[in-house]
Amino acid sequence: MSSDKNIVLQVQNLSKQYRLGTVGTGTLSHDLNKWWHQLRGKEDPYLKLGTVNDRTKVGGDYVWALNDVNFEVQKGEVLGIIGKNGAGKSTLLKLLSQITTPTKGQINIKGRVASLLEVGTGFHPELTGRENIYLNGAILGMTKSEIRSKIDEIIDFSGCAKYIDTPVKRYSSGMMVRLGFAVAAHLEPEILVIDEVLAVGDAEFQNKCIGKMQDVSKSGRTVLFVSHNMESVSRLCTRGLIIDKGTVSFSGDVSTCVAKYFDDIFTQMGQTPISERTDRKGHGAFRYQHVRFVKQGKPVSYFTPGSTLQIELLIAQKKVGTHYKKAYPSIIVYDSKGNRISSWATGLNEQPISLDKQETWVRFSIDKLQLAPGRYICNLHLDEDSSSNVVIDKLERAFELTIEDGDYYGKGFIHGKNMDTMFCDFYVNQV
Amino acid sequence: MVNPSWTLQIKPGQSLGFLHTLKAVYRYRDLLFLFVRRDFVAQYKQTILGPLWFIIQPVLSTIIFTIIFGNVAQISTNGTPQVLFYLSGIVLWNYFADCLTKTSDTFTVNANIFGKVYFPRIVVPLSIVVSNLIKLAVQLVLFFAFFAYYYTTTDAIAPNKMILLLPLLIFMMGGLGLGFGLFFSSMTTKYRDLKFLLQFGVQLMMYASPIVYPLSIVSEQYRIIILANPVTSIIETFKYAFLGVGEFSEMHLLYSFVFMVLLLSCGLFVFNRIEKSFTDTV
Repeated sequence: MSSDKNIVLQVQNLSKQYRLGTVGTGTLSHDLNKWWHQLRGKEDPYLKLGTVNDRTKVGGDYVWALNDVNFEVQKGEVLGIIGKNGAGKSTLLKLLSQITTPTKGQINIKGRVASLLEVGTGFHPELTGRENIYLNGAILGMTKSEIRSKIDEIIDFSGCAKYIDTPVKRYSSGMMVRLGFAVAAHLEPEILVIDEVLAVGDAEFQNKCIGKMQDVSKSGRTVLFVSHNMESVSRLCTRGLIIDKGTVSFSGDVSTCVAKYFDDIFTQMGQTPISERTDRKGHGAFRYQHVRFVKQGKPVSYFTPGSTLQIELLIAQKKVGTHYKKAYPSIIVYDSKGNRISSWATGLNEQPISLDKQETWVRFSIDKLQLAPGRYICNLHLDEDSSSNVVIDKLERAFELTIEDGDYYGKGFIHGKNMDTMFCDFYVNQV
Repeated sequence: MVNPSWTLQIKPGQSLGFLHTLKAVYRYRDLLFLFVRRDFVAQYKQTILGPLWFIIQPVLSTIIFTIIFGNVAQISTNGTPQVLFYLSGIVLWNYFADCLTKTSDTFTVNANIFGKVYFPRIVVPLSIVVSNLIKLAVQLVLFFAFFAYYYTTTDAIAPNKMILLLPLLIFMMGGLGLGFGLFFSSMTTKYRDLKFLLQFGVQLMMYASPIVYPLSIVSEQYRIIILANPVTSIIETFKYAFLGVGEFSEMHLLYSFVFMVLLLSCGLFVFNRIEKSFTDTV
């Protein structure tokens, strides 16, 4: 292939095994056994063990956090690496940044790599902002003269010029992050590996960061970006990679990749009933048990724009004797790109419910649905107070809300997908 | 597979060789000095006496040693002023012990940074050795002040040209401390038991070194044990050079030197192996 020359990063059969549980009494015997096998020139006996990386399954002392991962990255590409929590993204990052070594396989790299798994690594609270810029820069691999030549730019970018000679222990957490990112943004490696550092800071600063990363890729350097946020992945990346249970489950252009990722989420959402989900938050005195869609008294599987919507939720008491005079259930709606679309939060319009029975059915109703056709992901919350300080139950990706093509204005025109995101009732007057 | 020029290959089980380590340290030399600076500044910020603490500790130790070992136990100092005798031992020993104990928890203390960014891990213990070198220099100034006082006012001490060996002695002390420290830091990532061993091990080792007593009063049967301690010949040479008492033997010094070189190489080897995988076990 002619493009071989442009490959700056090559990952081949990469696997990483971790030992589960605590490192303790068993360690020495396993170590000795490993060493004994090595001495006789035999294969490590524990490499054969190990289950697939699936955090929901129990059993086995060893786990393959990554199993036979292969991919290549071309020069100037911005690759988004996406996957659920615990899929192996962080392990991959750690291997790429040389923090730990692979168990099997190898990574070939052309050029200098800088990885940003955290901003402001090594900041010392007693040192001033300026001193920390030097320290952090050096930790990230810059030389003193490199930093000196960029120090004004860095201070300027961070927006902390006024406090630059104050110890960072007096900084707000936001300022620390700005300062940390400012240093990182001025690294000039051929390959930049970034974890979700963008999840911090205010919106203005996030935009600044995204802009900086786009500049980096435009100047012909390669970026590997690991994130949960599909919005920033689609904005930044040219190609995507989905990691699932320690293997690459999909690789391709970024929009297909993001779509595929959500397809998987939709499929998985349908597989486990809400009552059986264990990945929930909150203290759990009451739990969501069941969801059903109702239209004019009849159960349905989808809604259409302009019609009525009724979602009924079953909440069951899990701790005997607990009851709430006021509790606040909410449904938060996300679109299939992960953007938050609408919050149907009873804390916002002060419509608490009372929970005193073993089972309570709650109905959310909308008279005229304004959402556009498409597939939506809904989170469920149940809080003790309207500002959700005390969470009773919280389920992310609880159920899918499907909205099919429909005739919003009732004039015989069917509105399909991919046109608008919402409908409005509007009037036209000649004035 | 025919291969373009990779600049970096990450594979299982590889560890840096000696030359690569040197190259990496040179490449990260600025980081080394920034770490030294950080340790120095951070340690004495918000203290009133600041770096004076460098001096207070050996002075107090010397006073206590003079009272307990010199006056109560009446252990011989071979006719040299007790203050000078104890101070010389304490200053050198402190350097060794600080290098050892502070480098020995490199991985556990820096686990957070090490888990986020890669840089040659050896930079951290090296920076500790350099930081302690500054401390040693300050303490040596204190020693020289006492030394000059006794040299001009009494004729109890007889310095000689072995003084020229001082840089070598310091280098060997640092090397031994670092060597032991690298070993322990690598081992404690998995087996924390060693931390407890180290705490009283260093204390025991001090009494197995000629600090509060001269080598010459050690009886024949224990002499071999004390001499097996690689620190012994360094301290004895130092005392011989500056005070004119003690034993100076090229063979003993050579033994300590070879010991240091071997220890440092093994320590470095283990350290380089562990640095690749310690995040999984720490």
